[in-house]
Amino acid sequence: MTDIPQRTRPLRVLAAMSGGVDSAVAAARAAEAGHDVTGVHLALSANPQSFRTGARGCCTIEDSRDARRAADVIGIPFYVWDLADRFREDVVEDFVAEYEAGRTPNPCLRCNEKIKFAALLDKALALGFDAVCTGHYAKVLVRPDGTRELHRASDLAKDQSYVLGVLDDRQLAHALFPLGDTLTTKDEIRAEAERRGLAVAKKPDSHDICFIADGDTQGFLADRLGKAEGAIVDESGARVGTHEGAYGFTIGQRKGLRIGTPAPDGKPRYVLDISPVTNTVTVGPAASLDVGGLRAVRPRWCGTAPSGPGTYTAQLRAHGGESEVRAELVDGTLEVTFAEPVRGVAPGQAIVLYDGTRVVGSATIASTVRATAGVS
Amino acid sequence: MAYLDHAATTPMLPEAVEALTAQVGVTGNASSLHASGRRARRTVEEARETLAEALGARPSEVVLTSGGTEADNLAVKGLYWSRRDADPARTRVLASPVEHHAVLDAVDWLGEHEGATVEYLPVDAYGRVHPEALREAIARDPGDVALATVMWANNEIGTLMPVRELAEVAAEFGVPLHADAVQAVGQVPVDFATSGLAAMTVSGHKIGGPYGIGALLLGRAHAPVPVLHGGGQERHVRSGTLDVPAVASFAVAARLATERRAWFAREIGALRDELAEAVRTAVPDAILGGDPAPEGRLPANAHFTFPGCEGDSLLLLLDAQGIECSTGSACTAGVAQPSHVLLATGTDPALARGTLRFSLGHTSTAADVEAVAKAIGPAVERARAAGLT
Repeated sequence: MTDIPQRTRPLRVLAAMSGGVDSAVAAARAAEAGHDVTGVHLALSANPQSFRTGARGCCTIEDSRDARRAADVIGIPFYVWDLADRFREDVVEDFVAEYEAGRTPNPCLRCNEKIKFAALLDKALALGFDAVCTGHYAKVLVRPDGTRELHRASDLAKDQSYVLGVLDDRQLAHALFPLGDTLTTKDEIRAEAERRGLAVAKKPDSHDICFIADGDTQGFLADRLGKAEGAIVDESGARVGTHEGAYGFTIGQRKGLRIGTPAPDGKPRYVLDISPVTNTVTVGPAASLDVGGLRAVRPRWCGTAPSGPGTYTAQLRAHGGESEVRAELVDGTLEVTFAEPVRGVAPGQAIVLYDGTRVVGSATIASTVRATAGVS
Repeated sequence: MAYLDHAATTPMLPEAVEALTAQVGVTGNASSLHASGRRARRTVEEARETLAEALGARPSEVVLTSGGTEADNLAVKGLYWSRRDADPARTRVLASPVEHHAVLDAVDWLGEHEGATVEYLPVDAYGRVHPEALREAIARDPGDVALATVMWANNEIGTLMPVRELAEVAAEFGVPLHADAVQAVGQVPVDFATSGLAAMTVSGHKIGGPYGIGALLLGRAHAPVPVLHGGGQERHVRSGTLDVPAVASFAVAARLATERRAWFAREIGALRDELAEAVRTAVPDAILGGDPAPEGRLPANAHFTFPGCEGDSLLLLLDAQGIECSTGSACTAGVAQPSHVLLATGTDPALARGTLRFSLGHTSTAADVEAVAKAIGPAVERARAAGLT
């Protein structure tokens, strides 16, 4: 196992710069390592707002200016590339369609798969760049045969390998994550930015979905999909409430159900199932959220697909914990059994399989198997 | 390093630097009555006389401004307001659709906020307004035209406008014509008196002078309503303490640009021809923008459209090799937009994304042209592979 290629030879690197502190420090580190770095800010909105509202990090003109200012301080060329059309088609429309189908998408993962390490990477390679650099916290290691491995970041608390698990070997071969292999707290990254003279050192982190300016996902979906009143039912099928659109819910959701009558046992109720066809939301007790297994589609492997069943640890959502699983690829579908029941698994989210810190592959959760019985 | 973006800004002439630095440490408000003020005023007025002589105007016709943008705004908004004040029926503004944004956006603003009816004049495939088009537009209702504005030379594709003929048409109807001549000075003969224009914009940093200084040459019959109110320093149509060092330096640059104009047109024009030839040899399907006839375009401008390329990609690839040029079009939030100039000439929007403007200047050399000749072919090939995203 050798180290990542940035240590061995200078590369022509295109650094994706959101205007935030992580990607700025990543670009600075890449430049300092001797690479020939060019910064690029992705314009992802057709009608960008002038200024940030709240703690957002990628779609305003102010963010673009912050990125340019950082590039100027680092001393690298800087461009803005308009990927708004691709972003709308591949990320925003997909996000809406997934919710409409009763699933819970992860747009950041989708953006990495379709925009940063597809549209952007392809254009970068065509223009003669060797790699795309981002501020993600993850590690790429090179095997003796030259193929790549994706690992969790040294700092597990900030690890973002989950949203990169969808990348294949070719994409990883051209990815540079300068923040992934050092143990640095966010404060230390900010201190490093400060030391490097980067004005974004004090800029707040972004948490929300970048294309939903006010953070109101439900409102965004209601605007796009319209309101459609439907029934909230319990596990027996009895109507316990009304909703304004089944798409507005996520499996495992507890808040915002607005059910008037309390459950017979007085315990909180959770969203167990979303049926877009009948526009019905099923709720029930926490115990009914327990999932014993799942089926996942669109598997992608970092390297060759494993043959036969294997034992892995799995992550089921961003910032989620790890679960022991047994997984097997059957006719192109990943069939997963949990060692212990897992609570609140939402179709549409990705399952990422790990072997230790190494990402083995990922797939999109299509359906879950109740811990007790039956496919939901 | 091959700097081929002189239309954006050109290096200051050493003589202009000298004039600037000679004044920077000198105290004096040109409006003050004491000795320091008198000294400053003398510097300003001598500079004004120099500017007037260089541009074929009277000293009293030189209204100093903070640059081309302010002069354009003063001409367009100020003349609109004063003409409308004199006759409320005058609300129609005629403009070429290929104007610089300093004119275009001012005109659009009048349409959105001041009740103006904005009418864009038709242009041909070279982006040129023909006198008959202006005549047709004014003659439809001569009484309601507030002003017309047509640039002397286009900043993107270099096309020259028939300014004198246009001014004659406007004068027939008593309509004031403004021309943004920012790109024309020092490259083609610019003479305010014989142009027949009511107002004309010039800028310092495009001709080897400093940034932040320009002028509106303003016929004495015209009194535009001020955009900037205050001390009334410049003929009561422009207020603000004059930047004495910049004014002095601007005047030197204007004098030299005029004195060297014939040399510039001949020598830099020849270099431009070589550059255009080199580009066409390397990329046979490159399309020259603007008027191909040398007498119909700025001698220092070479504008090309490269089918299947994104201008931004070309810019990045050439920049990486030390060649500095421009796509020629403006950015919105840093994102290059298809040029309004090319769209006005009827160019397909997809095609309009693949443009480069090479603009030469007084420091350009054969080595600059050679650098482009060597780099442009591979750059276009690569940009085509990257495609239009």
